Amino acid sequence: MPTNLSARLCTFVLSLFLIAFALPAFAGPFEDAVAKFANDDYSDTDEAIGVVASSGNKLAFPIISALQDGRLMADPDSKKVYVTGTDGKSIDAATGEPVASVPDSASAVRLNNRLRRSVDAALGSLTLQSPDLGARLQAAQSVFKSHEETALEPVEGALAKETNKSVKTALGDARAAILLFKSDATEVQKLEAVATIKARGDQEALALLSDIGTDQPPSVAKAAASAISSIQSSLAVWSSVQNAWYGLSLGSVLLLAAIGLAITFGVMGVINMAHGEMVMIGAYTTFVVQEVIRTRYPALFDYSLLIAVPLAFLVAGAIGVLIERSIIRFLYGRPLETLLATWGLSLVLQQAVRTMFGPTNREVGNPSWMSGAFDLGQITITYNRLWILVFTLAVFMILLAMLRYTALGLEMRAVTQNRRMAASMGIATSRVDALTFGLGSGIAGIAGVALSQIDNVSPNLGQSYIIDSFMVVVFGGVGNLWGTLVGAFTLGIANKFLEPVAGAVLGKIAILVLIILFIQKRPRGLFALKGRAVEA
Amino acid sequence: MTPHMLTRSLDRGATIFLLAVAALGVLIPLSNLLLPAGSFFQVPTYLVALWGKYVCYAILALSIDLIWGYCGILSLGHGAFFALGGYAMGMYLMRQIGTRGVYGNPILPDFMVFLNYSKLPWYWHGFDMFWFAALMVLFAPGLLAFCFGWLAFRSRVTGVYLSIITQAMTYALLLAFFRNDFGFGGNNGMTDFKDILGFNVQAEGTRGALFMLSCLGLIVSFLICRAVVSSKLGKVLIAIRDAESRSRFLGYRVESYKLFVFTLSACMAGVAGALYVPQVGIINPSEFAPGNSIEAVIWVAVGGRGTLVGAALGAIVVNYAKTFFTSGVLAPYWLFMLGALFILVTLLLPKGIVGTFNAWREASREKRPVAASAAAEDGVTEPKMAE
Repeated sequence: MPTNLSARLCTFVLSLFLIAFALPAFAGPFEDAVAKFANDDYSDTDEAIGVVASSGNKLAFPIISALQDGRLMADPDSKKVYVTGTDGKSIDAATGEPVASVPDSASAVRLNNRLRRSVDAALGSLTLQSPDLGARLQAAQSVFKSHEETALEPVEGALAKETNKSVKTALGDARAAILLFKSDATEVQKLEAVATIKARGDQEALALLSDIGTDQPPSVAKAAASAISSIQSSLAVWSSVQNAWYGLSLGSVLLLAAIGLAITFGVMGVINMAHGEMVMIGAYTTFVVQEVIRTRYPALFDYSLLIAVPLAFLVAGAIGVLIERSIIRFLYGRPLETLLATWGLSLVLQQAVRTMFGPTNREVGNPSWMSGAFDLGQITITYNRLWILVFTLAVFMILLAMLRYTALGLEMRAVTQNRRMAASMGIATSRVDALTFGLGSGIAGIAGVALSQIDNVSPNLGQSYIIDSFMVVVFGGVGNLWGTLVGAFTLGIANKFLEPVAGAVLGKIAILVLIILFIQKRPRGLFALKGRAVEA
Repeated sequence: MTPHMLTRSLDRGATIFLLAVAALGVLIPLSNLLLPAGSFFQVPTYLVALWGKYVCYAILALSIDLIWGYCGILSLGHGAFFALGGYAMGMYLMRQIGTRGVYGNPILPDFMVFLNYSKLPWYWHGFDMFWFAALMVLFAPGLLAFCFGWLAFRSRVTGVYLSIITQAMTYALLLAFFRNDFGFGGNNGMTDFKDILGFNVQAEGTRGALFMLSCLGLIVSFLICRAVVSSKLGKVLIAIRDAESRSRFLGYRVESYKLFVFTLSACMAGVAGALYVPQVGIINPSEFAPGNSIEAVIWVAVGGRGTLVGAALGAIVVNYAKTFFTSGVLAPYWLFMLGALFILVTLLLPKGIVGTFNAWREASREKRPVAASAAAEDGVTEPKMAE
């Protein structure tokens, strides 16, 4: 930071100097060149581009980029040239001083195709020294890909001035790429270049090395071949890491969707086919929260999810309690009937949401802390997936702790294990039933908040998760939260490793078939409850 | 409530049902073909096709009732067997199009030409012959059910677990049939059929004949189900439904009984699908949707689980209601009604319409002799009667 600040300060002082003394007095080569834009002559413009681009003046970049966008205005009468900013404010191109308005006689400097190419080239080398870090990085990347010999000089110039580490690396890579393809570069230079590109080690480096052609010296060709194979093997490792990450991410989504089901189905033995609709209700709660925030308190948008989580829990949980009290409690001990009734309920809920919010997808935005991504080695990790993984594990842990340490958790376990005994001990079993079902539904609602960030919020949202969630719970073993955790991540990772081999749909089919076969082998799932409770 | 009386009363219901189906099967096509169009008693052609569809659904409902009502196996994937039978028939009908397709290829159906197939996939061979297709209508669903059931019943997957994996099965098939490279027409499925056994499928005569055949199929399926459930085998099935472990301990090979009835039921569903396809003129992967299979289960629940007549009637009543409500201004509310139907039937009418009716008749028949004897004695037994 201090270097950056002092650099800025320097520039500022320098520009003050320029404005105060230099400019009004002399008309240097830069000012002459700028004036040539006003001649409305293609060869003059070309000449002006060359001079301005190589002048090193800090106005060079705004002028050339304005020329590219047709924002460079020239007045043929006064020979004055103006840069109209994208914000509508204008400056004098020669001095950089702001002007109130561009005269009406001024018109945009015209370009033809040949000039456009020189503008692009000039911009390329100018952006290598642009004050914006992202622009410099991008320019370096594009030089790496194009590796034109003409770019060598600007790249080396920029490399000498560059202070930022990642841009420096990118510029070094770009230089190596140019040298590797430069016919008159020495063998030593080329070998160094191969080493630099090998260290980069990504897909682009691989493409570049495979592209060097046959007219290279044998030592360079050999080094390139060994670099290719080493990059390939490291890329293979990274692609496994990537698959594992995708798998973890899918697993967290599956776990989130299934965790509520693990309570209602796993602990209570209630088949809730409307579970997916609880997820959907959570997602729509998020939508409503964001709508209110957008219209009333736009500043709170980043907190919308934090507000939506407890609300979704309460809304879905309350609906869950209502369902348990009005339908499910009459069907205990009749699992198949419960299945049918809750399926009917899911139809009703879906249609209700469709009537209220319309059948189309609803827009739910990502808060700023959930959008974007960062690179970890050769893989890209998006923040929303990462947060969902963290969130899922947090929900899981909280739930586990709740069942283990709270009075309600104790009562729930007691009722699950022996209803009549629990009732004789004074536990209000029907109240516990309602609360357990509400808890499962509420967690589904929370899942909806998270899923609204990565999936379409539509009335069919829940449907797409219901079969997967049941698979997870059945695979992991009913009545066991840890089983659900292991089941979800196993299925997620298996799915993502199958996908590149078999394709997305076939991979999914394969997983379903494998689960069906697995259930034959272990009808009660990975972590089965043992003992008499199983047959009850 | 002696067993004798029960079978006799069911027998009478069954006879009425069979006669009604036979009469409809003859009268509807005849009225469509013989009476002048626009006459009050003439059944329009679209209604013949619509009712033909209902009859096919009734066969599907029978097949579900056979395993759910009498053996306690709740399959949420019976739509898959129905669709497989339908696909087998669809493949036959596709091969019959011949050079009349858009691309005029004598061997390859249009969608294969479109997808750049160079030759017919191996599993399409033989479907140009009706007898082979008819065999496949039984064989394809039967084989799937046999393999699936063999794996599931042997390892004692029961109850909701079985329901869930049958749902996963039909879901997996749904995904598979949506794929273009699976060779069954992808998400467009098969349509634009021309001939069946040389008769134009669009012709009124053919439609009438198909309707008759569907009714015949319903009658035959009903008789097969009757024969199964009233035999000794059927008693064992009911025993398995009510107490599976006990039946096993008594020495019955539970899994073999279940496997038999599951496979039989799948074949029946396949026949229903095969009769369905030429009447609606299209078969596509959406038939595999898990929702369809669950909807078929609710027909059985509405009509009366464990009563064959009820299952068939339930299918017809619910589907008639669906057509009635989804075609009018009430269309947006149909899903509310269907959902409410699921909930109300399971909560309030667990025996279904026919089951409740039977129970009510049994009860009133039992009351009558009691009432007679009570009248013969004194008013002492009056309070008991009220109970």
